[in-house]
Amino acid sequence: MLDFNRNHFELFGLRPAFRLSREQIDRAYREIQTEIHPDRFAHAGEAEQRLAMQWTARVNEAYATLREPFERARYLLELHGVQAMDARNTAMPADFLMQQMAWREQLETAKGKSDINALQRLEQAVRGEAEALERELAELLDERHDYGRAAETLRKYRFLDKLLVEIEAAYDEIDG
Amino acid sequence: MALLQIAEPGQSTAPHEHRLAVGIDLGTTNSLVATVRNGIAVVLNDEHGRSLLPSVVRYSPDGSVQVGYEAQAQASADPHNTIISAKRFMGRGIKDLPDAATLPYHFVDAPGMVQIRTAAGVKSPVEVSAEILKVLKRRAEASLGGELIGAVITVPAYFDDAQRQATKDAARLAGLNVLRLLNEPTAAAIAYGLDNAAEGIYAVYDLGGGTFDISILRLTRGVFEVMATNGDSALGGDDFDRRIYCWILEQAGLHAITDHDKALLLAKAREAKEMLSEQPSVRITAVLSGGELIDLTLTEDAFNDMTESLVAKTLLPCRKALRDAGLKPADVKGVVMVGGSTRIPRIQAAVGEFFGQTPLNNLDPDKVVALGAAMQANVLAGNKGQDDWLLLDVVPLSLGIETMGGLVEKIIPRNSTIPLARAQEFTTYKDGQTAMMIHVVQGERELVSDCRSLARFELRGIPPMVAGAARVRVTFQVDADGLLSVTAREMSTGVEAHIEVKPSYGLTDEEVARMLQDSYTHASEDMAARNLAEARVDGQRLAEATRSALAADGEALLTAEERAAIESLIATLERALAGNDLKAIKQAADALNQGTVEFAASRMDASVRRALTGHRLEEIDV
Repeated sequence: MLDFNRNHFELFGLRPAFRLSREQIDRAYREIQTEIHPDRFAHAGEAEQRLAMQWTARVNEAYATLREPFERARYLLELHGVQAMDARNTAMPADFLMQQMAWREQLETAKGKSDINALQRLEQAVRGEAEALERELAELLDERHDYGRAAETLRKYRFLDKLLVEIEAAYDEIDG
Repeated sequence: MALLQIAEPGQSTAPHEHRLAVGIDLGTTNSLVATVRNGIAVVLNDEHGRSLLPSVVRYSPDGSVQVGYEAQAQASADPHNTIISAKRFMGRGIKDLPDAATLPYHFVDAPGMVQIRTAAGVKSPVEVSAEILKVLKRRAEASLGGELIGAVITVPAYFDDAQRQATKDAARLAGLNVLRLLNEPTAAAIAYGLDNAAEGIYAVYDLGGGTFDISILRLTRGVFEVMATNGDSALGGDDFDRRIYCWILEQAGLHAITDHDKALLLAKAREAKEMLSEQPSVRITAVLSGGELIDLTLTEDAFNDMTESLVAKTLLPCRKALRDAGLKPADVKGVVMVGGSTRIPRIQAAVGEFFGQTPLNNLDPDKVVALGAAMQANVLAGNKGQDDWLLLDVVPLSLGIETMGGLVEKIIPRNSTIPLARAQEFTTYKDGQTAMMIHVVQGERELVSDCRSLARFELRGIPPMVAGAARVRVTFQVDADGLLSVTAREMSTGVEAHIEVKPSYGLTDEEVARMLQDSYTHASEDMAARNLAEARVDGQRLAEATRSALAADGEALLTAEERAAIESLIATLERALAGNDLKAIKQAADALNQGTVEFAASRMDASVRRALTGHRLEEIDV
């Protein structure tokens, strides 16, 4: 029986791992939606329509979590009983923090000068680092099963994820 | 060889089980209605063979209403009572209309949404839109020869909750059963994609009369997935007309002009814009009420110069939408153009340059939205086509609530796929606080004052605790129409408050019911008979749906006793359907609904398992 407590990976028929391709996740999502979307039950009884709505909302939620590397890693850690984003875990290596500050300064300068090229260079650097952290996460989560260290890496990743969002916003600001 | 069948004129050619459903493009400038007939989407024409219905409504002192071409012809003679582009006012307050002063209407600043004083009394944009919808409904029923079971109505993707709700209210007021509110660019993508068996990433550039939308969609094996949408709900073809209008005033040295002349020159401006899509220059002539003669020549170059900033304004949302989808212009396989204004050569060129390819123009940009809406209506009405396809749409603007300091906490980010539900916990700010104000807002900015306020409601009865100890869970739910409802619940006590987000101006259910009742009394229709007819249709549908579910899965999922129980509930319902007792029909339908809850759950479970069997083994094994 379908059960709302089943975890996102089980729901999608995927092994619980960080290293999943976007194609795998997208395909599972589309296949489930094709079966359970409310439009498929537009002509069915009330009970089925209501269930279809609930399940689709549930599946959309799972998809939003699984497709984003940050959310997927955090969710995996949660399944292993680790609250990676617990407010008490704030310690960060000094050199990492220095790098963050330098990048943030670059972001402010690029914004101040409306310098798209500088923004693009910054984005590239941050993306490069984020990808390196994703590889590290994959190894810690999927091979070494070292969830404590994975949580640390994820907290670093969070910084970069947020910075990338701000870089995107800066593009919008410069554009208009 | 079997003989071909020919139906009697005016009678439905559809087989008995075909359910009549239409798609309606309720546009700023023009509206259309389309349906799927014999598997093909077609726009339905009026008795003069015209497909477009100008979205113009004229109110006369005797209360009579003219809609469409008739009303349009009176626009300059009777500018105060002839409402053009009412869609721009849907769900909008007077402060949202920067150009209100240049419009000939007597606006009344009602809370939430403006109203217009006409010779027939004060009218809300919802009522004006309902007049347009009524005409389209009559046109469809006359041409299809039967009553509609429902309609899909399109809205700009960038419409916020207030504008969507206003549109749904208008449809209900027109007596239409809304099967779905569908985003215009998504509708266009359906029409285009199904027509061309397209696969890949498509951009839909939709410049309507009063709104601009850009949607990025991924088409994969029959699934239309909206990846991102963006736009400007106050930018459209009307703005191009207004630029020409201002140019005319400037060139002719006119300052204060009458409302009659204003309406006349706006119409001339629109004509000039349309002609400039076909020829390099256009002569504009008019005689004003004071006898002054206007005689000007507008070249395409001058027109392009004066509208350059408008064109540029459409490209910014294109960039944002691509960024939200994580794509570059080169990833886009095709650009579908929607809306009459996309015929402007400069727009074709600018969009082509931005996406690095010639936009697709093989479907009529005026009709493509209505055609797509008709296809979706056909599916939702239960008329299965040969091709199975599914639509996954998104919420265009982030939804959140106000927190301390007038800041917005986003609960649902823009471009989240609908339907969806998301919850977040909040807590009290002061010791002993027993109530909490939930202020629901929509928009991308961080300050509440920069976002649109959708609703406020209070959660009372929180037990007094120290600040920060209460746990209030706020749940946002967005349905398949993109409409929001919000629930707040204090977790330790279970105290709960709930609101369907209806902006303050929105009509309450009672108001709509009363207005509907009024209109039926006028049409001397019997409300009781109508209720019975509706219950019968619903009941028949339910019995039929349950029978086909039993036929498909009864064997596999039910024991003999369970099956017998459901069959007896169907039999009871069918007996009730044969009679005229409304209450008995409703009771039997409810009983059948209740009695099939578990069967429905098992069927859903089987569906998911079916979806996963294809790749479960290879991927589950580590």
